[in-house]
Amino acid sequence: MSAASWRRAMNAEAAARMPARPLPTQPSVVVGIDPSAPTTSRWLEFLRRELSVRHVVVLVGVLIYPFVASPFFTYQIGAQALALGLIALSLTLLAGYGGMVSLAQMTVAGLAGYLVAIFGESAATAISLNWPWWVAVPFAVALAVVFATAVGWLSVRTEGIYTIMITLAIGMALFYLAQQNYTLFNGHQGFNQLFPPKIGDVDFRAPVPFYYLALACALVGYFFVKHLVRTPFGVALQGIRDNPRRMRALGYNVMAHRVAAYALAGALAAVGGVLITWYNNRISPGSMGLGVMINILVIAVLGGMKRPIGAFVGAIVFVLLQNFAIDLVDRERFNLVIGGVFLVIVLSSRDGLLGLWAMVRSRFSLQSRNTNQWRHP
Amino acid sequence: MSRAWTTFWTLVIGVPLAAFIVWALSDNALLFFVTLLNGLTLASLYFIVAAGFTLVFGLMRNVNLAHGSLYLLGAYSGWLVGDATGSWLLAVATGFVTAAVLGLLLQLLVFRSMQGQDLRQTLVTIGLSIVLADVMLWIFGGEIYTFDPPSWIYGSTTLPVVETYPTYRLVVLLLSIVIGLALWWLLARTRVGAMIRAGVDDRGMLAASGVNVQLVFALTFAIGAGLAGLAGVVGGSALSIAPGEDSRYLLASLVVVIVGGMGSVSGAAIGALLIGSAEQFGLAYAPTYGVVFSFVIMVLVLAFRPRGIMGRAAA
Repeated sequence: MSAASWRRAMNAEAAARMPARPLPTQPSVVVGIDPSAPTTSRWLEFLRRELSVRHVVVLVGVLIYPFVASPFFTYQIGAQALALGLIALSLTLLAGYGGMVSLAQMTVAGLAGYLVAIFGESAATAISLNWPWWVAVPFAVALAVVFATAVGWLSVRTEGIYTIMITLAIGMALFYLAQQNYTLFNGHQGFNQLFPPKIGDVDFRAPVPFYYLALACALVGYFFVKHLVRTPFGVALQGIRDNPRRMRALGYNVMAHRVAAYALAGALAAVGGVLITWYNNRISPGSMGLGVMINILVIAVLGGMKRPIGAFVGAIVFVLLQNFAIDLVDRERFNLVIGGVFLVIVLSSRDGLLGLWAMVRSRFSLQSRNTNQWRHP
Repeated sequence: MSRAWTTFWTLVIGVPLAAFIVWALSDNALLFFVTLLNGLTLASLYFIVAAGFTLVFGLMRNVNLAHGSLYLLGAYSGWLVGDATGSWLLAVATGFVTAAVLGLLLQLLVFRSMQGQDLRQTLVTIGLSIVLADVMLWIFGGEIYTFDPPSWIYGSTTLPVVETYPTYRLVVLLLSIVIGLALWWLLARTRVGAMIRAGVDDRGMLAASGVNVQLVFALTFAIGAGLAGLAGVVGGSALSIAPGEDSRYLLASLVVVIVGGMGSVSGAAIGALLIGSAEQFGLAYAPTYGVVFSFVIMVLVLAFRPRGIMGRAAA
């Protein structure tokens, strides 16, 4: 599609949802980037502005969750949703704030998982280099970020729908490469016995420590994105999303901003990829196949891409459906359920579950219609 | 691009390519020609699938990511009819009609109401492809189905140089040429084709000049979807039908169309030729890295012509 019509579509959506977004003109942005303020007070200011009662409630909730939930719920539901949510968050950053829908985020995550397997320890001793985890993981994440930057460099030449197709093609190409290459990717069987490390007395293989590891990464990612979209870079990125031509005329390097967004999102996806690899204890081409790539998009869209929390909401719903769709329908028919739910959400709401929630709230509470309930938290 | 750059790139790409051809011919001419023919026949299959994809995109700006599902649906329904009647030609017709009807329904019931919302349309096609793939897996299971084409196209033909070659592949090649010519005739010589071309260039003006754009859209979607279904039967007869073929052909048409240029039928032909031969030559000469060749082609094209070889900036 043309740049103009894409922009029109994005602008139309932006107009409909305007108050839901952090506006670049809000004075808080200026406070957030005031270079003269000392770092600590800037952070306090940031926390004061960002944290509200419901944040504290959710935070306390996720912290005590492993003590009230069974190991199954802690590990299979909690940790998996956090890791998947982190990957989906990278897509939210790209698509919701940058206007670039990339399907290759799972590919970046899968590559990070593969690199952890290649650099670290695995059952495939002929390939794995057996580096200690504190060398292997940073290396894997760094290389995955390099790959994400390359993907970004390629796909920012295109706009809108083209981006989806090109990132899809890149992801599938890497999938087939991993499937056919035995010297590096170990073919279709991939790598097994990839375990999270033991640090001191804490064994991250156990459900509760792993849950907290995933939670820590997810929280850092969440607040990182929340902070990023208020920085000059983040505001410029949103400007580019809404009107690239105007931003170019203002002197912004549109391409560099977009590539940088890919790199940052790549870092989030890579960390999520390492987590999900440790969660599964294995990685294979199927871990980054078409179905999984689309699952990440489904998660991000299901939750809503206008706010970072949407990625995690979507991930929780997705993981719950994945685990309990068996009770509703036949075990094999999970894709039908998730595809159907996805279709219903896409057809009925413009912004996933968060959009539905906002619609429900504005319909049932007359009082809050006058107060600014759309405001960004 | 200046003339010096054109020369430079012609040399950079052309010289190694020529060197490879000379080496391959002197090393094993038979293998080279068989691979070339394989590449051509695969390209014909890709062209049939991608032509429908690019036609729909060119007119409606709708990236139909359920195109692979239409392919598989055409294949399965064609198999059912072919199995019941024993007629392969009837199976091909069924594949076309089933996919075309589904495409028509999709356009009328779903996409028509979200005209201009490209991202939502794409998301809906993704959801549809998930649901369709699972429904087909439900009905037909994971087994592999094979067609039973008539004997006159199933044997082998004696050709110069390559000696014997499966007749069926030549039929596919011929069929794609016929389809290509038919599409060209439809687009260049008929009134409907003129409307479609006008719609590709400027939707708004076409509607303003009194043409029922929705009708043109529905027709184009039906033709595009039907081509995918037809390719399902034709491709299913060349290889087999199994779950997962949908994403394979979706990827193929994506890459072909990205390389050739979105919305251009001639671009789809060029892209299919490049990707089909790259895949087959990759398979024959460097089996492990076969996929990488088509990827490298895509990267090169994107880096220098972001809209594809025949692509142009749309209004």
